[in-house]
This record gives sequence, C-alpha cells and structure tokens, in this order.
Amino acid sequence: MRYLPHTKEDIESMLAVTGHSSLDELFECIPASVRLKGLLDLPEAKSEWELNEYMEEMASQNIACKDYTCFMGAGSYDHHIPAIVPYLVSRSEFATAYTPYQPEVSQGTLQGIYEFQTMVTQLTGMDIATASHYDCGTALAECALIALRKKRKLNKIAISSLVHPSHRQTVETYLNPGGYEIVEIPATEDGLTDLSALEGMDDIAGIAVQSPNFFGNIEDLSAVRAIADDKKILMIASFTESFAYGLLKTPGALGADLVAGEGQSLGISKSFGGPGLGLLAGTKKLMRDLPGRLVGKAKDAEGKDGFVLTLATREQHIRREKASSNICSNNGLNAMTAAMYMATIGKIGLRELAQQNHDKAVYLKSQLEAAGFTSVHNVPFFNEFVMKAPEGFAAKRAEMIQNKCVFAGVELGQFYPELKDHYLFCATETVTKKDIDELVKEVA
Amino acid sequence: MKEINDLNLPEDVKYTKDHEWAKVDGDTVTIGINDYAQDQLGEIVFVELPEEGDTFEVEDEFGSVESVKAVSELYCPISGEVVAVNEDLEDSPELVNTDCYQGGWIMKIKASDMSELDGLMDKAAYLEMLKG
Repeated sequence: MRYLPHTKEDIESMLAVTGHSSLDELFECIPASVRLKGLLDLPEAKSEWELNEYMEEMASQNIACKDYTCFMGAGSYDHHIPAIVPYLVSRSEFATAYTPYQPEVSQGTLQGIYEFQTMVTQLTGMDIATASHYDCGTALAECALIALRKKRKLNKIAISSLVHPSHRQTVETYLNPGGYEIVEIPATEDGLTDLSALEGMDDIAGIAVQSPNFFGNIEDLSAVRAIADDKKILMIASFTESFAYGLLKTPGALGADLVAGEGQSLGISKSFGGPGLGLLAGTKKLMRDLPGRLVGKAKDAEGKDGFVLTLATREQHIRREKASSNICSNNGLNAMTAAMYMATIGKIGLRELAQQNHDKAVYLKSQLEAAGFTSVHNVPFFNEFVMKAPEGFAAKRAEMIQNKCVFAGVELGQFYPELKDHYLFCATETVTKKDIDELVKEVA
Repeated sequence: MKEINDLNLPEDVKYTKDHEWAKVDGDTVTIGINDYAQDQLGEIVFVELPEEGDTFEVEDEFGSVESVKAVSELYCPISGEVVAVNEDLEDSPELVNTDCYQGGWIMKIKASDMSELDGLMDKAAYLEMLKG
C-alpha cells in the first residue's frame, strides 16, 4: 500500500459521489466546537535538504551502540546483523504491508511467517510456535494466562525473581486485573532460582523460570520439570538471549510445556529498547490454547501447497469473550527479520556465534577478576554474568560513556536494591579481545 | 441440516437446554452432546475434555467442542467428580458427529445428588423446546 495524498481531482470526484459541494459541507455532521478552524499550528514546510539536516541534527543528540563498545545485555543484545537482512526486509512488500486482513491472498507473508514458526520450534525444541508477539514479556504473560486457564480452579502463578524485571512487570500488568496472584520464587546465593521454595506450594497453576536467567546463569530446567510433574502443573521457560540456544539444550528437550523468548538477538537492532520480538512456543497438547495467530500449510483445490491462518476459531474475531487472547497482533516485520536472520546464519552459524559469545564472556570475566572485580556466582553462564565492582567504578563507568564510547555493564541496584555496586556484564561477538583488554585497562 | 422430526433423540437419556444429554447408570451419569447439537455444529475437529478427578457444579463449563465453524462450551448438568473421559475423542473427535450417544460420549460423572437431574427434559419436552 502506498501513501499518496488525494489530489484535488480525487476529492472532487468523491464529493460528486457523496453529493457534497465541499469538504467543509461533508464535515458539517461533526459539531463545530470540535472542528478545526484555520490551519494546524505547524512550522513552515522545509525543503528536502533542510529537513535532512534538521533530522540529522536531532539524531546526533542520541548515542547508539554502533558507535560504542557495548558490554551491556540485560534483555537487549548487541549483535552483528548481516547486510542481507535489512536489505531484504526493507523491500516494500514486507516493510509497508500491514497485517493481512485477507490472509490467503498474502501467500508470501504467510510463507515467511510459517518458516519463522518452523525455525522457532527448532530453536526452542518445541512442537508448535505462534506467529509472534510484541516481546518476551508479553509472550510470557500469555504463557501465564494459558497455565491459569488450564488450571481453572487455581489463581496463582509462580515466577522466578530472576526472570527479567520488566517481563515480570508485564506479567503483573496482564494478570492483576483478572484477580490472579503472582508468587515470586526467591534466588539462591549462587544466582539461581531457589526451587526449594516451591515445596508445599500446592495452589499454583504454573512455574515460570528464565534460563539463562537475568544474571546470565543457566538454570536447571530439568529440576523445574520434575517439580511441575510432581504438582501436575505447567512449566514455562523463558529466555532473553536467543543465542544461548545455539549451544544449550533446548527448553523443549528439558520438558518445558511453554516457552516465551525474546527474539531481538535474531537480526533486530536494539532501536533504543524496542520493538523486540516475542517468541511463543508450546507442546502439541497445548496447540489449541496458544494465543494469537498461527500459520499452517495446506493444499488448495488443485492439490498445490498453500498457506493459511489456522485454528482461527480461538481468535478474538470469532468469539471475543472466549478468545485465547485479545491481543492478537503479531510482530510481523520483526518476525520476518528473525526468519531471514536465522535462514542467513543457519544452525551451524548460530552455534559458532553462541560459542564465540560464551568464550568472550568467559575471557571478559577472567580479566575483570584480575582487575579487582569480584565474581559473585560460581555457576555456568552464557554471555552475561554478575560482578561486584571495586570502589569508584560507578564514576569511572559514567566517564567512559562520556569520553571513551564504552558501555561498561548494567548497574543491578536499580533492579535488585541488595545488589548495589553489582554490575551485569555481557560480551557478544561484537566485542573484540582488544576491546576487552582496553576496558580492563581503564577500570583496573 | 436435519429437520427437527428427523433428529435422533433416544428416550433413555435426559436433555439440557444447552443440548447436552445425560444418562444415569447407577451413581454415575454419562454426558455428551445430542444429535441436534452435533448437526448444528457441523464437522467436529476437536473436543476439549476435562480431566479425571475434576469436580464440577451444575452449569459449570467442563470443556468445549470445536467444529470447523465455531467453538461451543459444554455445561455440566449435574455436580460431582469426573470418573472417566472418552479418550477416543482425542484422535477421533468425529465420533461426536457419527455416534453422539454411544461412541461419542464425553465424560462420566459420579453424581453427588441425582435429584439435580430432575430439572432436565425428556424427549417430548426437549422437542417442545426446539419447536419453540
């Protein structure tokens, strides 16, 4: 769809059909008190070149990761994006299309989403994936709602305190109005979810654990499975860093019933914090409980392959009050981007990248320790980890942002008050050994 | 779709206003949807079953039936505990279309108070209701 303004002739021919002599006459049905009189209070139009200069001036007030060395993760990760991905996704067939309201005529879009879903099931080790959600937080909230719907008589859900703080907030926003209660599972000193706290909790509908968790540590998902089996409730696994599953055993292989993931790492730029990409996958058993849309492969009357929106009887336009979700927008363009990214790097590429991320994080951690930082948790991590900083680091970090173009970690006190002076460091493939060595020299 | 007079409505079951049927056998009650309901829904593709051990009150929603056209909730005509569910429906939901009173039953409930069924209709009363 192209956005072209109506010409004078367009307007005249439309007015001829409606039988009005002017636009003012057409709008007379709108009360005069709320109608605009005169022109909008806007500055004079600029020429193309003036406008470019103006926008560039505004943009230059921002600082962006591409000009910085980034050791921050915490839910949004700095990764290389192969040039083919933005090139393909900015084609107007993808970039300008809104949700396909007559889906079956949009075979290209449906095929792209179908391939996205297929790759998400492979990444997560699950049977079925949705066409995407806004971000991990909203996908996690939908997972919590599925568990609560499956266990109609229970109104509590247990969520690890090491699930990303923003995602926990999103879940709360979704759940509170429905009268549901969130029970937070505390953390152990090792920076893992304290599953023993679930003992004796018999009135919860599901358990949600993030792995790698917010501290970057890898949780024992099979232990979560055992508890979920014992209590006959649903196990929800979430993750903020998709790359982790280039190396780690998938949540599906470890028994998750539902997986909520953040797909930003898959070729989507950080864009000052959003939009991300919500991945949601489940077991086949939960197929009919999944929210939002699903694309399926079918055959047409001539026996040729085609793609359709499927299981739509659960969607809001069929039965609003009983819909599996009334937030059914999928994040189409970002899902397409992620599909293109995954297809570009492939399974082996993702494994290599994941290994690089982990190796660099291990090196960064060892160098920081040598520079006077204290390791806090001694458990396996992926590409993020927590360090207690030596005195004076907060000022040093601020100075490095100003003068050295380095983001040295995320301060954890803002999320966990007891972790003042603790920082979450992240290393991805975008940082080099030289970057790490320079950081360490600065902070030592 | 069937004419009202062509509907298969056995005499040995009771009918609810929501088109379920209930059949008493000792202290258990077998529940399904009747010929009118399956005919109206069309090709049934999925039956959402309760779980054994679930307990329901009268009028509680205990599952749903999904056809190619719509999803319809199922309402329980009697309170009690679920003692069996028809697992054949997981792979063959079409049994509800082809054999709604025998192979297409949905669940069996151990009733806590049989008198709750007194308010249900027999064939004649149900037909009256359909004819409006």
